[in-house]
Amino acid sequence: MTADVSAEPETVERSGDVLLEVRDLQTHFKTRAGVVRAVDGVSFDVPAGASVGIVGESGSGKSVTSLSIMRLISSPGFIAGGQILFQGRDIAGLSERDFRPIRGRDLALVFQDPMSALNPVYPVGKQVAEALRAHQKLSRRAALERAVELFSMVGIPAPERRVHEYPHKLSGGMRQRVTIAMALANEPSLLILDEPTTALDATIQAQILDLIRDLRRRVNTAVLLISHDIGVVAEICEEVVVMYGGRVMERGSVEQVTKNPRHPYTIGLLNSIPSPEMKGRKLSTIGGTVPNPLRMPPGCPFQPRCPKAMDICSTKPELSDAGDGRQIACWLA
Amino acid sequence: MVDADNQAVTTALDGAEPNGEDDVLLDVRNLKTYYPSRSGLLGRQTAWVRAVDDVSFTIRRGETFGLVGESGCGKSTLGRSVVRLEKAQSGQVIFEGEDVLAKKGRDLKALRQDLQVIFQDPYGSLDPRMKVRDIIAEGLLWQGTAGRAERADRVHDLASLVGLREEHLDRHAHEFSGGQRQRIGIARALALRPKFVLADEPVSALDMSVQSQVLNLLSELQEDFGLTYLFIAHDLSVVEYISDRVGVMYLGKLVEVAKAEDLYADPRMPYTQALLSAIPGHQAPGRRDRIVLGGEVPSPLDPPSGCRFRTRCWKAESLCAEEVPVLREVVPDHWAACHFAEAS
Repeated sequence: MTADVSAEPETVERSGDVLLEVRDLQTHFKTRAGVVRAVDGVSFDVPAGASVGIVGESGSGKSVTSLSIMRLISSPGFIAGGQILFQGRDIAGLSERDFRPIRGRDLALVFQDPMSALNPVYPVGKQVAEALRAHQKLSRRAALERAVELFSMVGIPAPERRVHEYPHKLSGGMRQRVTIAMALANEPSLLILDEPTTALDATIQAQILDLIRDLRRRVNTAVLLISHDIGVVAEICEEVVVMYGGRVMERGSVEQVTKNPRHPYTIGLLNSIPSPEMKGRKLSTIGGTVPNPLRMPPGCPFQPRCPKAMDICSTKPELSDAGDGRQIACWLA
Repeated sequence: MVDADNQAVTTALDGAEPNGEDDVLLDVRNLKTYYPSRSGLLGRQTAWVRAVDDVSFTIRRGETFGLVGESGCGKSTLGRSVVRLEKAQSGQVIFEGEDVLAKKGRDLKALRQDLQVIFQDPYGSLDPRMKVRDIIAEGLLWQGTAGRAERADRVHDLASLVGLREEHLDRHAHEFSGGQRQRIGIARALALRPKFVLADEPVSALDMSVQSQVLNLLSELQEDFGLTYLFIAHDLSVVEYISDRVGVMYLGKLVEVAKAEDLYADPRMPYTQALLSAIPGHQAPGRRDRIVLGGEVPSPLDPPSGCRFRTRCWKAESLCAEEVPVLREVVPDHWAACHFAEAS
């Protein structure tokens, strides 16, 4: 695949090791009741080999962001604006034909529900082999042998036997290992994990998080982890992006954001998590509910629930440097 | 009735319920809920799924008893069997001196008022065609003692109690967010002034910022009405926060029961140790190092002999395969089903 030079005249100054740059991404959905701006001006970077987490509640736009990067948004959704620079090239505007060689090879995705990511009528090993053969010249036999290796890398016991089994024969944890093996098959430079452990039990979640951490040490793949659980993000990632109402509220190192949050939303979110210290006391809450995406408030999406809202908040605050290496979208910052 | 081989276990457990000095509201004794497993062309019953297998514990008046465990461990089946949403095979559930499982007809109806349920799924558990007003009033209508005016008053009171506004009452459930729906479900559960509420994963479908609102509401209602909760959840942090005492289930068995503080600080059963160490982001000082369990939960159709956890336990010895460990009081008010509970 030769680089399509015409697709990248707008390539902005590219710092040497940035793998993915999302710039002012807009992903909208046309509905009968109006346009939903599911992602409304999101920007962040993933340096090569780094691990970045996106946390947010339902409707925050975190999954639509990851689907946009994978170019898996289909009608009535569309990328309405912004850039997704992957290895310096804007993939937001690529045709499906030009993007297909990238998806699954350089960029791979692991979904929340492994059952929906696997084809129920083929043995799992064959599916991993197909993923390999889609991007590499390999015989069926060689691909299956590689699948066995991948299975053993992701900790599937008796891999030579397991490759011949059908998805329904495997447990949820094993299925998720299979989809991770499939995603890693072509040694992608970016692995997107969308709620990879949400459907799993606590002890199985611990196994999978352990696996992801271990793989990060062995394979130089950058990770973009999407989760509603900031605890999960804290276990895997160095950096975190906090989203709400289709926008980035705060972005910084996991340490900074979890220990010393500065955006009122992040502060409210972290304080509302039940902890042993809060036992016997009322939890602090964020009043109200997540806004209806069709009726987003003007300006800051968190403004109707924000304890510190001011008049100026009806104008959108830009995500800007807060001086300590992090970025915050708040007029108070 | 079903099993001869379990008889020995049952006798071993007799008189060994984790029973405190305090006022007991609900006393569960040797509860078994089995499902027939059918196979073959004729659908013959070939085996039993032992979803709840000889479980005994007590819930004290006014407390929140948290029940944790992973999917398939039987925690929901246990909860549902206690309030008779699920038919137990054998055992007793003594509620204020009477056996819930033996009740029939009118007596059962009377008892159901005292035992109410808040369900996990605020989307599936509310009839989309009914107005909120009618959903909340349904129990009152079913009870049949309150007249129209009294019902209307009561619905208003309940709505304001759970933080719903007047104008919400004439809307349909689908118009509400998850958190608001759960408030409707709570109002419905409280309509008949129950003494005991089974809350089965009441906040797991909710967003973090809304979850804390509902947890606070449940605490307030408990204080105001002296409610007793059986709170089932897979989220270990939520259970630690809300519960007075916590029970841990594994493969149909109750394997540990203790005060929440004691259980989380000093778990005695290896499974509990592994489970608690798996809480993400909780590698705080004082917490144990993560124990990553190998393997998976065995099938409840054919559980391992002896201790059911032994196939994944790093402390297992030959004794564990031979003898079922009895849930016993290891230190005061701390019960564990492990042969080596004293040592750990």
